[in-house]
Amino acid sequence: MSDTSRRSDDFEAAAKGSQEQIAEFDDHHRGFVGTVQHFLHVNPSLVPLIVLVAAIVIFGALLGSKFFSPFALTLILQQVQIVGIVAAAQSLVILTAGIDLSVGAIMVMSSVVMGQFTFRYGLPPTVAIVCGLFVGTAIGAVNGYLVSRIKLPPFIVTLGMWQIVLAANFLYSQNETIRSQEIEENAAILQLFGAKFNVGGAVFTVGVIFMLVLILGLSYALRHTAWGRHVYAVGDDPEAAELSGVNVHRTLMSVYMLSGLICAFAGWALIGRIGSVSPTSGQLANIESITAVVIGGISLFGGRGSILGSLFGALIVGVFTLGLRLLGADAQWTFLLIGILIIAAVAVDQWIRKVAA
Amino acid sequence: MAGSAMAEGETVCLITKTDTNPFFVKMKEGATAKAEELGMTLKAFAGKVDGDHETQVQAIETCILDGAKGILLTASDTSSIVPAVKQARDAGVLVIALDTPLEPIDSADATFATDNFLAGLLIGQWAKATLGDAANDAKIATLDLAVSQPTVDVLRNQGFLQGFGVDLADPNVIGDEDDPRLVGSDVTAGNEEGGRRAMENLLAKDPTINVVHTINEPAAAGAYEALKAIGRENDVLIVSVDGGCPGVQNVADGVIGATSQQYPLLMASLGVEAVKKWADEGVKPENTPGKDFFDTGVALVTDKPAEGVESISVKEGMDLCWG
Repeated sequence: MSDTSRRSDDFEAAAKGSQEQIAEFDDHHRGFVGTVQHFLHVNPSLVPLIVLVAAIVIFGALLGSKFFSPFALTLILQQVQIVGIVAAAQSLVILTAGIDLSVGAIMVMSSVVMGQFTFRYGLPPTVAIVCGLFVGTAIGAVNGYLVSRIKLPPFIVTLGMWQIVLAANFLYSQNETIRSQEIEENAAILQLFGAKFNVGGAVFTVGVIFMLVLILGLSYALRHTAWGRHVYAVGDDPEAAELSGVNVHRTLMSVYMLSGLICAFAGWALIGRIGSVSPTSGQLANIESITAVVIGGISLFGGRGSILGSLFGALIVGVFTLGLRLLGADAQWTFLLIGILIIAAVAVDQWIRKVAA
Repeated sequence: MAGSAMAEGETVCLITKTDTNPFFVKMKEGATAKAEELGMTLKAFAGKVDGDHETQVQAIETCILDGAKGILLTASDTSSIVPAVKQARDAGVLVIALDTPLEPIDSADATFATDNFLAGLLIGQWAKATLGDAANDAKIATLDLAVSQPTVDVLRNQGFLQGFGVDLADPNVIGDEDDPRLVGSDVTAGNEEGGRRAMENLLAKDPTINVVHTINEPAAAGAYEALKAIGRENDVLIVSVDGGCPGVQNVADGVIGATSQQYPLLMASLGVEAVKKWADEGVKPENTPGKDFFDTGVALVTDKPAEGVESISVKEGMDLCWG
């Protein structure tokens, strides 16, 4: 930086005054709004973080210690853990300018495989879990192949896969619920993600820790590894990425397979949370995860946004839901406010984008 | 569905909310068996998801076109379906609402259903009797179905509250009661996830809740997980409605204190019989005396009978359960 300024000093002597004034004027004009806009552009997860903190402060002020306690705040973490994990998978796909409508179905299918393989075929639970994780990854691989090789639009592929997997889930499970008690007695490891521990009044579960580690890990990988840069590049402009030497096919395959695997983990976490294996769970997880991602500031047009934002997005929904319930508001108010947030989030995203290029 | 029966018999349609809910699966089983016995042809239709009204209207139109003698219907949308039902009745098709009454109830020729208010009343009375004096300072949470307050939800909730001795205010509305014992209500969508979340929300509001009414047994199972997470699974009384096999097993295990059992198989088989009678003799079914529908019965299932509340044992409940 200092090198360039020194070099520019050499030939700027004549036009120095006028140029700098224009530049300064421009800077002042951008000053207030422009600086904020630029800052948000560089830190896309900041907007949802601000909304999240504001929501916590407002509900904390209205409800006092009932809401603003380690117990209540960690309860929100527990309530959003499933959506949070699925939203991580969804974020990856949306960063590539895709969308995955089959996330919830993959999650339920994986949990059903884990349960049924254990109880119907008598496999050791650990083997059943591995099978469940494999099934999730395999479905993701099919999605990825259809998107990247056959060049079908992600929306269509995953719309179809959603129905296929959900139908397969009901056919295979015969809509049979495996009860919590049976799992606890014979295959406690299936409920691993529900195990909880106390830290000074705060209650964490393995599922919550998994969600946090997963999102921090992915956030690091997306920012600081070649793979992560490739994901952004493919989402921004696949042709340009291809020309600059990114293997677009391999990147897309990795994203969809990873998404499937994460959804399968979400299925495992789901068993921990609800205790039983129920084929009717998670049918709205696709919409809930997209909601978290969008409120979290990841652009649906791909290539922009931070996965941390998705976590904040999920938490915002969780804070609103619990806060409004504690205030005694009708549940419809939650949906109404979340709807406003979704539209506001996209509006803010569009506004921040204007600083780009 | 034997080939010979299909060739000769009259057609009866069964239209359920979904193909996947065990309650409707059992209904279909009952209807299929009875149709076969009577030499009728059963055609089954279902919505794609609960609430899929469009597909049900299409199914009614298909049945009219098909010359069906009768339609057995569990409506997803109890008032919007009425014009389609009228069309069928105008075409001479007998329409029987199963499980879910239409709005108004006389839009169908007959309704074969569980008395959901009575189902709620039984578990309310049982909970009150079981708690004894402690019922006077109980902390009650009700885990309901959906924000739209569908009739079945309102009937069970209000029945429970009346049975427990809570003043109902408007019996058609959940949540307008001002009894200080009521902590609040939340919605569950009738599944485990929703049950757990709703219970957590209400416990955050008041951690001393000790009586929980749940709209169905999956919601109860979810509520139990939430209570277990804070170590209160043994000092909270959960009551429910449905009588599915996992639910009755949960009564045996002490997860649920008592549940009111309903009989989908019976609803369907009686429905098929009624259509047969309509086809042969032109006679429509009649309501249970004193009610505006045909009551297919309900029984309280528990191994801890309370005085003054009639109940059947878990073993009997297991023999009659579904799903």
